[in-house]
Amino acid sequence: MECRDLLKKLCSINAVIGREDAAAQAISGILSDYCDEVRVDAFYNVIGLRKGQGENPRNVLVSAHYDQIGLIVTGIDENGFLRFTNMGGVDPKTLAAMEVTVHGRRDLHGVIGSKPPHLIPPEDSDKPVKLEDMLIDIGYGAEQARELVSVGDVVSFRFPVLELKNNRMAGRSMDNRSSVAALVEMLKELERIRHRDNVYAVATVQEESGLVGAFMTSWNLKPDLAIAIDVCHGDMPDAPSDESFPLGKGVAIAVGPILSRKHARACIKLARQEKIPYQIDAEEKDTGTEAAVYSSALEGIPTLLLSIPAKYMHTAVEMVSLDDIGAAARLAARYIAFRDELDQEGDSND
Amino acid sequence: MFDTISMLVNAFGPSGRENRVAEVVTQMIKDKVDEISSDAMGNLIAVKKGSGKKIMLAAHMDEIGLIITTIDDKGFLRFGTVGGVLPLISLGQRVVFENGLTGVVWYEESIESMKDAKIDKMYIDIGAKTREQARELVEIGDMAVFEGRPVEQNGLIISKALDDRVGCAILAELARRCPATDNEIYYVFTTQEEVGLRGARTAAYAIRPDLAIAIDVTRTGDTPKSKPGAVSLGEGPAIKVKDNSVIAHPRIRERLVDCARENGIPFQFEVVDKGGTDAGSIHITAGGIPSGGVSIPTRFIHSASEIVDIKDVENAARLLEAFIKF
Amino acid sequence: MIEHGVLSTASGEYPESLIDTLKKLTMLDGVSGDEKPVRDFIIELIKDRADSWHVDNIGNLIAFRKGTGLGKKVMLAAHMDEVGLLITGINDNGLLKFKAVGGIETRVLVGKRVRIGKDRVPGVIGYKPIHLQDDSERKSTVKKSGLTIDIGAKDREQAEASVSVGDTAAFDYDPVEFGDQKLMAKALDNRVGCALLAELLKDRYPFDVYGCFTVQEEIGLKGAKAASYAVEPDAAIILEGTTCYDLTGTDEHMMSTRLGDGPALTVMDRSVISDRGLFRFITHTAERLGIPWQVKRTISGGTDAGRIQVSGRGVKVCTISVPCRYIHTPVSIMDKRDFFNVLKLAEGTLAGLAGWFSEDGNAGAYGFDQNQSGGESDV
Repeated sequence: MECRDLLKKLCSINAVIGREDAAAQAISGILSDYCDEVRVDAFYNVIGLRKGQGENPRNVLVSAHYDQIGLIVTGIDENGFLRFTNMGGVDPKTLAAMEVTVHGRRDLHGVIGSKPPHLIPPEDSDKPVKLEDMLIDIGYGAEQARELVSVGDVVSFRFPVLELKNNRMAGRSMDNRSSVAALVEMLKELERIRHRDNVYAVATVQEESGLVGAFMTSWNLKPDLAIAIDVCHGDMPDAPSDESFPLGKGVAIAVGPILSRKHARACIKLARQEKIPYQIDAEEKDTGTEAAVYSSALEGIPTLLLSIPAKYMHTAVEMVSLDDIGAAARLAARYIAFRDELDQEGDSND
Repeated sequence: MFDTISMLVNAFGPSGRENRVAEVVTQMIKDKVDEISSDAMGNLIAVKKGSGKKIMLAAHMDEIGLIITTIDDKGFLRFGTVGGVLPLISLGQRVVFENGLTGVVWYEESIESMKDAKIDKMYIDIGAKTREQARELVEIGDMAVFEGRPVEQNGLIISKALDDRVGCAILAELARRCPATDNEIYYVFTTQEEVGLRGARTAAYAIRPDLAIAIDVTRTGDTPKSKPGAVSLGEGPAIKVKDNSVIAHPRIRERLVDCARENGIPFQFEVVDKGGTDAGSIHITAGGIPSGGVSIPTRFIHSASEIVDIKDVENAARLLEAFIKF
Repeated sequence: MIEHGVLSTASGEYPESLIDTLKKLTMLDGVSGDEKPVRDFIIELIKDRADSWHVDNIGNLIAFRKGTGLGKKVMLAAHMDEVGLLITGINDNGLLKFKAVGGIETRVLVGKRVRIGKDRVPGVIGYKPIHLQDDSERKSTVKKSGLTIDIGAKDREQAEASVSVGDTAAFDYDPVEFGDQKLMAKALDNRVGCALLAELLKDRYPFDVYGCFTVQEEIGLKGAKAASYAVEPDAAIILEGTTCYDLTGTDEHMMSTRLGDGPALTVMDRSVISDRGLFRFITHTAERLGIPWQVKRTISGGTDAGRIQVSGRGVKVCTISVPCRYIHTPVSIMDKRDFFNVLKLAEGTLAGLAGWFSEDGNAGAYGFDQNQSGGESDV
């Protein structure tokens, strides 16, 4: 399957944080085409294994979280409207006039409405609407709503994936399905080249609410090297230039205190050698990604973070470039396969 | 149940100083369990042995409080907070120290507006006139808790520290009932939850249960112009869907719902943005421990007068008793 | 030197060589993630004192001294990293964009000297001259977005020849002894801890000692997490530099600690509530040995102690700190007497710790033995 179609398929899967159980089988199916074994653990992390072909294989963990932000129902009012709060970092400003799917007894179409401009007093037009004042309209009265929906049901945003110019795609869940796509593309690439090490390709859960899957995965697999694939901010007119990255200019390789200096340097060298487009992402804090968990897990795991630039993160129109996904996939695969051949300068352990 | 809760709330036990609560719990349950011990963090761990699943039930012993940081030359005490103490709610409250000494919390009256009434503008008056006199009664590093004696009224209990002595009471009650099950049940009375879910982490690491339930309190949305909240007093224990620290494992949540339905126990769902519980540190310990929560609807959490409905407490105990026979 | 648990150094006589070691340590650059120069220096210091040492996956230096028979493990921890800057971008005009690694107040950065990367390329952080600021700029505080590092390069190309995005930059300030027994240096937090820990490794104790020189404390106590997972100590003493703001006009309860009032002990900070038994043992030791001490007064900051305490099955911890004025700036100041008193107190504590283990250090916090069956409680 081509990357374009793979990404569309991945984005059509609903896996709101904490309810990945609904999607684990689908993800498992996609990974199993390129893995020797795939299993799903108690928390619905999907763990694929490509066995190494070399002597004394080491264990490499590559992870991409597959949970997505969404909403959760907190109440059903006397008119059948649903009250809700967020699951993950949802910006209330992006919700007006949004189409959603309420995952109740069955999937229900819903709308987060918006007060018509005619009815908003001028002094209020600048005021942001609070999440707790918004309602989801599923078109039912209270009795039917209560039969179909329960407090605690999750809600996902509805947005079809759009193909735009320049090999760019927009839709919800590019954070982080674009990384899952990169994970799969990496596995495809590994099929073509020989690799000494065992590769655990893991689609992890609940990254958006505390990097939960990363804690479990690192503990259970105890890898020698960990590579987290996530998204970083794409360039936008008013975003600071050292925190945002142009689309189409390649995968962002993170450098900074918690990332392995030795591996980051070698990775950059490989990218140059193989002419894989890349950018440098300087992270002075702990990155806020799964890399933060891996770097200090157990006795410390040397960690790399590869990011795919995504514009308009955490909105329904997150935008990525297929070229960047390809670059991330190729770089990850080739680094895993060829890292021993690279002349690795640097300190014994960074 | 009121007596059990009374004994527990009356014990002095801010985070890091839970030993008196542990003593009370020990006296309550030591003859009803197979083993009882405490660990380096002060967690009290009681086990009813069994050959089936290892189930950890956690309730925290610590309450919020104040810690003395300075004694000024006129004998007034400056303090910091232990856990989520709301500055405005502390004003005018009585606090009590481990040795029984009473103090009153007040503020620097010269501040411009009540918005500026932050902790560093407050002090405790213990009636000492000089630094030396104060030093005979307290020392820097001593902690105090709010005073709020337990009262039973209209089927409700009003008291300080229902968070989470009510959870401890439920666990003690369960232990006393010696539920018939092959499962191995760990009744864990944890420490330092209010300052970061700390005790539960080390207890879970040592025990490595197959699953865990945290029994704690949750806020209600049934008071005048309260922030929206689906939980109400008296409508049954709240089965946790999510809080700020954990998303309850869906299978555990479902099992709790099934137990409630099968046994005719009323229940509600807890979905909150703010506030974490011991399940938050338990579920990511070791390789991941499926966790959930049963929460007691409580009004005015972290005040000196929290309120619970005894029916909710009793129903929570019934729910857990059914659940642990998993 | 220890004889029968009492420090045999007469008060007033301090091994000045330890101050020299401290000064040398502060002159090395070890911003979080780039601690190697500091680690290499410490390895030279301790390699003949420890029975063995190794560097773990995240960069912690762990030195081991086998005990003489008491089967307990004590971890002594001090972090090697300092706060500094990370180069995040290079402008077309050759100026460097940066972000702070660890907590540095923006105001502190203006008009300072830094050294960048392995080659220690010198640079300065300038600011718009007051003559050119408009009224609102004059009245408002330093804007972080306006700050860049200038290494003198005329354009991007020239800059890229000397530095790279991802390089760290440390403050470029030499230590100065001045005033009444004061030492000014950058990175007293936490080279003081490192110097003291290296010194403590000179002795052997009844219990096993793991001297852990940790990394990445300033960005989230990362090294301590890995070290405590590996070591699984029974107790840990953390040596630190801590906040001190005892200036005129500060309310007493906002000072945190006072210079000259002795080692600062932590009852509670944002990351930890110290073990009550261990804390009391340390204060009794101080009283017994006539060492002044103070309690850290503000519930602020976090240290490796917080991470170590909740590791594994739990660890009894306490922190002993050297008060440092202007911590996290290039001009932090300590009093040499405080520094030596921390050493005395740590030595005295370790000398008596075996005894503490057999009394309250052994059992869980409430005096139960592990796995005691239902019976009388011992409290």
